[in-house]
Amino acid sequence: MAKEIYSTYPMVKYLRKEALPTALCPGCGGGTVLNAFANAVDQLKIDPKDLVVVSGIGCSAWIASPYFLADTLHTTHGRAIAFATGVKVGLPDKKVVVISGDGDLASIGGNHLLHAARRNIDITVLLVNNFIYGMTGGQVAPTTPFGAKTTTSPYRNIEHPLQISETVAAAGASYVARWTTAHVYQLIESIKTALQVKGFSLVEVISQCPVQYGRRNKMKEPAEMLRWFLKNSVPVSKAKKMSPEELEGKFIIGEIINRQRPEFTEELNKLIDEVQEHFGLKGE
Amino acid sequence: MIIRGDEPEQLRLLKRLYKPGNYFLQGNEAVAYGALFAGCRFYAGYPITPSSEIAETMARELPKLGGYYLQMEDEIGSIAAMVGASWTGFKVMTATAGPGFSLMQENLGYAVMTETPLVLVDVQRSGPSTGQATKGAQGDFFQAKWGTHGDHPIVAVSPISVEDAFWETVRAFNISEKLRTPVVVLFDGVLAHTREQIRIPDVEEVEITYRKLPKNEEEAKLPFGDPHGDGVPPMPLFGHGYFTHVTGSTHKENGLRDVYTPEVHDRLVRRIHRKIEQNKHVYEKYEEYFTDDAEILVVSWGVTARPSLGAVLKARDEGIRVGLFVPKTVHPFPGKRIKELGKKVRAILVPEMNLGQLILEVQRFVNDDVLLKGVNKIGGVPLTVEEILREIRGVA
Ligand SMILES: Cc1ncc(C[n+]2csc(CCOP(=O)(O)OP(=O)(O)O)c2C)c(N)n1
Ligand code: SF4
Repeated sequence: MAKEIYSTYPMVKYLRKEALPTALCPGCGGGTVLNAFANAVDQLKIDPKDLVVVSGIGCSAWIASPYFLADTLHTTHGRAIAFATGVKVGLPDKKVVVISGDGDLASIGGNHLLHAARRNIDITVLLVNNFIYGMTGGQVAPTTPFGAKTTTSPYRNIEHPLQISETVAAAGASYVARWTTAHVYQLIESIKTALQVKGFSLVEVISQCPVQYGRRNKMKEPAEMLRWFLKNSVPVSKAKKMSPEELEGKFIIGEIINRQRPEFTEELNKLIDEVQEHFGLKGE
Repeated sequence: MIIRGDEPEQLRLLKRLYKPGNYFLQGNEAVAYGALFAGCRFYAGYPITPSSEIAETMARELPKLGGYYLQMEDEIGSIAAMVGASWTGFKVMTATAGPGFSLMQENLGYAVMTETPLVLVDVQRSGPSTGQATKGAQGDFFQAKWGTHGDHPIVAVSPISVEDAFWETVRAFNISEKLRTPVVVLFDGVLAHTREQIRIPDVEEVEITYRKLPKNEEEAKLPFGDPHGDGVPPMPLFGHGYFTHVTGSTHKENGLRDVYTPEVHDRLVRRIHRKIEQNKHVYEKYEEYFTDDAEILVVSWGVTARPSLGAVLKARDEGIRVGLFVPKTVHPFPGKRIKELGKKVRAILVPEMNLGQLILEVQRFVNDDVLLKGVNKIGGVPLTVEEILREIRGVA
């Protein structure tokens, strides 16, 4: 049965067949993210030859590299956005996408995330937020909810989670949206918007890790985690009218920001043009 | 597929901008001009004394040549951006000093493992830690070799003057491109801030090489293979529809990760080593003075090689049979030649601005019956001719 579904899966054309099956656990939200990304690429009719996908280290990093069939750069932990910055400057006409985890992008890689948003470089980031360090065995992450249990917060987490989307929006990104893996169609639409926006775009996907997070927090089944997402999701518009206390433990979903600002690679090339013009070097 | 900086108009631009002739330049400026002549069109860095003038020169000159200067948020981001840009076909460089070099080590290892050409200039300063931040030193000899983790080869060159800094930077790019590997330029804070006369050559005088690109689809499908038997795989650049997968994890010839098969790791890491070993002709370089009849040998590198030469010349005037050996490529160390010379002399002196690093490499290649002695000075002030001469007289 499973085989039949697989053989008719139309998005398989975007996957590196020799790398399949994926190493993701059954029920992992990473599959949904891969699926949503492939659908967004498909709907926008982006030729994978015009894509470079970069990732750091972690389960979520594998969504893109090696599985997506494009030029893929699997980098060091936390540094994907910095690597992607070099790629984008080299290939300003390509779509450069970073897909990685919350630990990778917002903890060890937090500095690169903020500065890429500040520069407003035209990179699309899919940040898979599963509240945990999945690959290393379920340790506490900067996104772990207050009070949650992990292997390194075995009694309870006493740190406050980072609101990644709001932080990146404040840092200067052009587009930021947050969805969960229970909002697949909205997620695809946001990825499509993010891919088309000129500037730094981030789509945070709250995603289930039943194996490392769910198991330790009374949600062993993937479906329980999805129900948790649905029950606690609050649209941005509604959240605006709610108090911080009411929003405690809720997931604010929707577009956090969508604006136009000068983009980095365009400005960089404009600057080079100006300098060459100034020194009379044009058309040499 | 193109390597940026390779276009004919680039040569015309270089000719227009930099007229050949004698200039009075700082070491750091010489490094920057060397990079520009070598075809570097992408620089990502983070300021640190005593390397900052390299960044400043690149920020000023690169846009004129249509090249890109990026000031990143830190050194980790700088080398990461360089790797990304190198895979799009740029010749790339960064410059840093001790603390920044430490931060770059993880991704330097990544560049070794993914066979990414890049040039990393370490303008050595006094340490450990922030030490004497503004003072020169030669304390990163082994950081260059062993700074990152795992079994890995590294190529490092070390200039001995301002003019040499220009040419050694060019050479670093050529080695990096030929062998598809990162190359470290071990420069130092003394020469970096020294001003000397240097002759800027005519563009045509500068020999430039570019990385090997895949000849066909088949070669492009094996970005980590060895189709030509020289250990150097052609590099399929991003953006050309090859769907290349690059990872710092152990990978097969096609780029796909395989961390479970011992043979795959063995094959990959040994080839990366073999690539460096079997291409010695690409990078090996040293200078010798009066070694024919020497019974005492001075072995010195980088900034210290010059007072060493001064001391050797003076000692020769006094009738002391002393010679000088200067490795210009310090890693891999030219041990074979040192071994030959070691058999002919009775004493070897190794002056350097540290507490004894190069001397450990020398020691590996000489017998116990040779008197081996370090001439070491720390504190940020270079060794003088007199200080070295005194030591030569002491063993004469
Ligand atoms: C410099 C460095 N530190 C630590 C690690 C170990 N490490 C690998 S993956 C990972 C966490 C990944 O977490 P996240 O990004 O949230 O991804 P997930 O696995 O949860 O999808 C860590 C800490 C590493 N590879 N490199
Ligand atoms: S550990 Fe968690 S994040 Fe990693 S693959 Fe399994 S379910 Fe997914």
